[in-house]
Amino acid sequence: MKIDSIQNGAVIDHITAGNAMRLYQLLGLDRLDCSVAIIKNVNSGKMGKKDMIKIDADIPLDFDVIGFVDPGATVNIIKDEQLVEKRTIQMPEKLTNVIRCKNPRCITSVEQELDQIFKLTDRENKVYRCIYCETKAGI
Amino acid sequence: MKSLIDILDLTTAEIDELIQTACDIIEHPQKYSESCKGKKLATLFFEPSTRTRLSFEAAMYELGGNVIGFSEANSSSAAKGESVADTAQVISCYADIIAMRHPKEGAAYVAAQNASIPVINAGDGGHCHPTQTLTDLLTIYREKGRFENLTVGLCGDLKFGRTVHSLINALSRYSGIKIVLISPEELKLPSYVKKDILQKNHIPYEQTTDLQAALPQLDILYMTRVQRERFFNEEDYLRLKDSYILEPKKLQKAKSDLCIMHPLPRVNEISVAVDKDPRACYFKQVLYGKFIRMALILKLLEEAGK
Repeated sequence: MKIDSIQNGAVIDHITAGNAMRLYQLLGLDRLDCSVAIIKNVNSGKMGKKDMIKIDADIPLDFDVIGFVDPGATVNIIKDEQLVEKRTIQMPEKLTNVIRCKNPRCITSVEQELDQIFKLTDRENKVYRCIYCETKAGI
Repeated sequence: MKSLIDILDLTTAEIDELIQTACDIIEHPQKYSESCKGKKLATLFFEPSTRTRLSFEAAMYELGGNVIGFSEANSSSAAKGESVADTAQVISCYADIIAMRHPKEGAAYVAAQNASIPVINAGDGGHCHPTQTLTDLLTIYREKGRFENLTVGLCGDLKFGRTVHSLINALSRYSGIKIVLISPEELKLPSYVKKDILQKNHIPYEQTTDLQAALPQLDILYMTRVQRERFFNEEDYLRLKDSYILEPKKLQKAKSDLCIMHPLPRVNEISVAVDKDPRACYFKQVLYGKFIRMALILKLLEEAGK
């Protein structure tokens, strides 16, 4: 399988195998006009299998979203086909309007104008909870 | 402390302070009879809860203050589609403090974020009801004289009962607490509560389905109602509602200084014959609820005035 190298853009690497589609959706990459490659189940020395996403456009990426879905991922920024920056990802303390609370009893289920905010409550177990009703977020 | 949304917003020192103030109010009610003169409490009850609303209103009147508000959503602007955030801002112009009950979880938090006056969560769906927990704590303190070294039995609906979860949370911060969980299989305490509160705080606990066998070791027995509104299925409700009924004969082997509590209203989980037993504390608990709400209103208004 041949995927062209990137001129200007980003490569999200070391994504846990199976997480690429979720990341693609939450980052809103489906709305881009440029080339976006999702590569699943790539052989990896460290991880066994991993996913990758290549984006051939210089667009702002929401690192909080990447940190929420897969804090083990790395982001390589490419300019003129050269790697100019390699970023490691942190889990964000707070996520705003990335995911929705699924609790039908939550106030956000009836008051749609409220921001959907989740807070990191357990870093070790990657647990985010809705700030309103404290329901656990599902990734 | 600007508002009270969750019992965990309070440190143990703040809870102790509220308990001490409530005890002082009980001993010297006259001293506090004009403490809130000229102040208004707004009771915003988006769902009916006569007991809690009257407790707040009685508390404010006994502090010499006044009360405005509504007792159901139909008689408020919520019926016209007003948001909780807007209601909180509007009421901030009329009152000095808000007590709010709402069927949706997190509604009190939204109100507190938008109000310029203190907000007390008087229950937000199945989420938090901190003044019930404060009531329970004051009852335990007044009846037992301490929070430490107590064996506390919780009986009935431990799955959906938010008062039980909050009480476990509050008690987990004291030393020497042992919890005995008494419920049918279907209504057992959720595993996340056991993991996040009991195990995390190294609180010894045991689970049983046998109320009578558990009774002799208890210092406190906290009975709960199996609530119809928490069930999706009427059949399940009818099958489980009478699972644990406390009757005088079951109390024969219980300690003589046992304290029997219930957040009320009861359906039939405590026989009326138990009411005459000196160990029955659930009606005193209602009275303590008013005193702790008085202490809380005082504390929040004092903080807001600073």
